[in-house]
Amino acid sequence: MLKQVGKIIMINGSIIHTTGADTLSMMEIVEVGQSHLIGEVIKIIDEKVVIQVYEDTSGIKPEEPIYGTGMPLSVELGPGLIGSIFDGIQRPLQKLWEKTGSFIQKGVQVNALDQKRKWHFVPQKTDGDSIKSGEAIGWVWETTSIKHFILCPPSIEGKLENVVAEGDYTISQTIAKIRVGERYHKLTMVQKWPVRIERPIYKRQLPKSPLITGQRVIDLLFPLAKGSTAALPGGFGTGKTILQHQIAKWCDADIIIYIGCGERGNEMTEVLVEFPELQDPRSGRSLMERTILVANTSNMPVTAREASIYTGITMAEYYRDMGYDVALLADSTSRWAEALRELSGRMEEMPAEEGFPAYLATRLAQFYERAGVVETVEGTKGSISVIGAVSPPSGDFSEPVTMHTKRFISTFWGLDKDLANERHYPSVNWLNSYSDNLDDIQEWWQEHVDHTWRSMRDRVVEILSQEDELQKIVKLVGSDALPDNQRLVLLIARIIRESFLQQNAYHDIDKYASPQKQIAMLRVILFFYDEAKKIIKRSIPISRIQGLAVLGDVFRMKEDIKENQLDQFRGLEDKIYQEITCLVESYK
Amino acid sequence: MTLINKEYTNLKKILGPLIVVEGVEGAGYGEMVEIALKGHPLRHGRVLQVDEQRAVIEVYQGTINIAKKNCKVHFKGKPMVVRVSKEMLGRMFNGMGEPTDGMPSPMDGDQRDINGLPLNPICRTYPRDYIETGISIIDLMTTLIRGQKLPIFSGNGLPHNKLVAQIIRQANISEQGNENFAIVLAAMGLKNNEAEFFKQNFETMGAAKNVAMFLNLADDPSIERLVTPRVALTAAEYLAFDLGMHVLVILTDMANYAEALREVSSAREEVPSRKGYPGYFYSDLASLYERAGRIKGHKGSITQLPILSMPNDDITHPIPDLTGFITEGQIILERELTVRNVYPPVNVFPSLSRLMKNGIGKGMTRDDHPALASQLYAAYSHVKNIRSLVQVIGEDEISELDKCYLHFGEILEKKLINQGYYEKRTMEETLDLAWQVLSILPEEVLNRVSREQLEKHYGNKNSR
Ligand SMILES: Nc1ncnc2c1ncn2[C@@H]1O[C@H](COP(=O)(O)OP(=O)(O)OP(=O)(O)O)[C@@H](O)[C@H]1O
Ligand SMILES: [Mg+2]
Repeated sequence: MLKQVGKIIMINGSIIHTTGADTLSMMEIVEVGQSHLIGEVIKIIDEKVVIQVYEDTSGIKPEEPIYGTGMPLSVELGPGLIGSIFDGIQRPLQKLWEKTGSFIQKGVQVNALDQKRKWHFVPQKTDGDSIKSGEAIGWVWETTSIKHFILCPPSIEGKLENVVAEGDYTISQTIAKIRVGERYHKLTMVQKWPVRIERPIYKRQLPKSPLITGQRVIDLLFPLAKGSTAALPGGFGTGKTILQHQIAKWCDADIIIYIGCGERGNEMTEVLVEFPELQDPRSGRSLMERTILVANTSNMPVTAREASIYTGITMAEYYRDMGYDVALLADSTSRWAEALRELSGRMEEMPAEEGFPAYLATRLAQFYERAGVVETVEGTKGSISVIGAVSPPSGDFSEPVTMHTKRFISTFWGLDKDLANERHYPSVNWLNSYSDNLDDIQEWWQEHVDHTWRSMRDRVVEILSQEDELQKIVKLVGSDALPDNQRLVLLIARIIRESFLQQNAYHDIDKYASPQKQIAMLRVILFFYDEAKKIIKRSIPISRIQGLAVLGDVFRMKEDIKENQLDQFRGLEDKIYQEITCLVESYK
Repeated sequence: MTLINKEYTNLKKILGPLIVVEGVEGAGYGEMVEIALKGHPLRHGRVLQVDEQRAVIEVYQGTINIAKKNCKVHFKGKPMVVRVSKEMLGRMFNGMGEPTDGMPSPMDGDQRDINGLPLNPICRTYPRDYIETGISIIDLMTTLIRGQKLPIFSGNGLPHNKLVAQIIRQANISEQGNENFAIVLAAMGLKNNEAEFFKQNFETMGAAKNVAMFLNLADDPSIERLVTPRVALTAAEYLAFDLGMHVLVILTDMANYAEALREVSSAREEVPSRKGYPGYFYSDLASLYERAGRIKGHKGSITQLPILSMPNDDITHPIPDLTGFITEGQIILERELTVRNVYPPVNVFPSLSRLMKNGIGKGMTRDDHPALASQLYAAYSHVKNIRSLVQVIGEDEISELDKCYLHFGEILEKKLINQGYYEKRTMEETLDLAWQVLSILPEEVLNRVSREQLEKHYGNKNSR
């Protein structure tokens, strides 16, 4: 039984004031009122305690009781997280549904993890071994592809005793004891961690390898390194969610944490329907076997939306500590910032820009700083890459959330309304997007895929920026007025845009392109450019080049050539060579 | 703890639509309040904030005539509810859900909290079945899906009502043709003659018995508009998920709803975000728009067609902007097309149906549909570029191909987008017509459709 520590004195939406200032501590979780809603202490002022409630407070009255729990907002970490879908405070939606039906009722409390399920535990340490935080005592297969290491929790170090034999155990059964001085710490397969505190890091490292996403505009032009951070701002309908889904599906991280933060219910449903059916291209297993979903949709309580980001990143840190590469996607961080704004407003705090609280930037920084590459105690490497969608009002990037976010991230994918309106997807604007990771990951590309990656990439960027300059003239005089070598640049830029940068998320073949395919495609385009440049010099008119039949193949190569047919790109180059040679012949 | 029947007669403050009552005991946050004022119909309100002494209440019928001591405030001890039943169909109510057609309130049926509850995302069924509206530009480029929320962004004087009326008349709202469907109209600040227009339409199409109308008209109390859509959606949820009907909900005009929200917020002196709208504007809108969709294990559906007029035709205004961030696409009407006598004046570029991808194509509409739509976008957006170039350098200076594009753009607007108010085109007709228009362009420039599709449809080889 929880102890009553005070009573309610005021209710304003999700913010309530209570008594009990002497007993409650900051960030403590409380239960609110007769219906036991979950809340968190966020301020203590004189005799008054300010609490944010994670559920709808309708019907709550002054004088109702407040119960303390003595614990800060924490998540359960252990096997069984993967494949689940949680709300913002880690309540499993499946269990909520079993308990209360299709609509989410208030005051329902359920454990995040299944307490009854047995896991086959394999110890890798024995009695008498010493163990320190971050070291694994053993592991279970959480899914067929994810080995879940049971780690010694932070700030514990000692000698192991009573390590259980290999066998089936529930998460709450003791699997070993750690003797710390005179005391014993019981080790189970589950640990709790307060979400607002970063899990300790053994050793930080610099990002070195790219997070391969299979999305050409990202991997080739504005890559993200594993352990780095990216933001994708864009007005409504510019493709943030689809791009996040694409990354969640095809990127080469081991674990995906997808946070639907204040967005549409149907988008979470879509993930739930699609992911189990899709295959991870590397493991061949269902994508759901590496995915954890956190869903706090726009119509769910706004306070839990604020918490959802922390719930997600804490789970990410847990898998990072096991040595996994985790990709965390948050859609949309703006809704999280708006939750902060709403709560701040209800607390009558002094607003900074556009009503957002003055601590917005600090909170954003804290969140993105939890990304990174680390070396674990075990000597393996883990990472968290954070990819946040931003929803700037009317697509205007000068608003506070976008502006502050830009200060803390290293890769920026600016989504563009005009491109989206023309159905150029992903609508990543190549003129204002950037990646600070290019130098970090160059070596990886050279070693694993192609040594010309960087030079090809830089050439593409140059052609696109030349095009941008030329388009200014074209708008005034039309393209026919340009000399042929410049019109060739326009043609090549168009090929790059339409046959390379545009990528259809719904096309079976086009939705994912391996690094090898991406390079092969670029090589075709640049080969065409070089050959065409030569014959333009020999005064063969651009119109003849535009009329080459092979261009139809180039425009369709992304959809025509499958991953297992990459040698066909060679054939395409040959065809280009032949047609151009023919063209030259006809001018002799 | 329940102190029902306790009345308060002493107001501390009256501020715009708000009253503050002192000495209140046991009032709950969000609960319903009745305000009795001599010589006036009973008014309703809701508790917005409560502490040990005072309760802040928003009064839906406004505070006109209320004085500090001339009314009795009665806390109901429960949230605002509406009685739902099948009998709501064929009836007319005011914005609070009270009958205005002279007949008594439906007696049977549950009372439901008008605020509803959030639907657990795992209980949703992803909407996939398309609704054929018989309107080419919608069916082809922004296909409506059963269970979708697809608003119409319009402006003063644009034919959004006509378009919605045509959709209602022609669309197969239910998968069983004319059976098992219902229409719920929630009007917020609608003009009297607009309401009349809808009424007559329902009557002439013989659907009046399938319609429930909740009308808050232009001369009705403005704060009541905060209640109207909630009452209507509660009714819709009952019809859809208790009775298994396919329900089309029209919410019009969301701009008036937004005004009411802003009025209450500014009376509370809340910190505004943009243009005076409160920081919770997004969440508040979402609490309405998210009440659309389909639920596992239930037959029915709620499809929402909200109408909102963009102030000054400005799509970046917070009302359309935040709506666009919540709904599953939008249909945007454009003044320029009306000027050129194109009806429905749908601006295809910013218009979007996010759910159409799963509802069109092979086995659903026709296999060439997705590629065809994509090709039309590409070609039509090229037309737009050429048009602006022509304004600078004149039509004589452009290439033959570009002239061809201009012609294509013209025909696309006149033949494909443009359509009679009483003209209903089947999906098949629309797709064939689109190919006909596309075939104005030379085959070589059509890269977004496959070679096989070109082979089959270019020049409408089969349909001729
Ligand atoms: N890569 C893509 N391939 C094909 N279509 C796409 C792609 N990206 C986006 N789209 C189209 O754009 C639509 C809008 O995309 P999305 O839902 O991701 O927008 P958003 O930026 O998340 O908008 P909001 O902020 O309102 O949530 C999609 O429904 C789809 O039709
Ligand atoms: Mg989105």
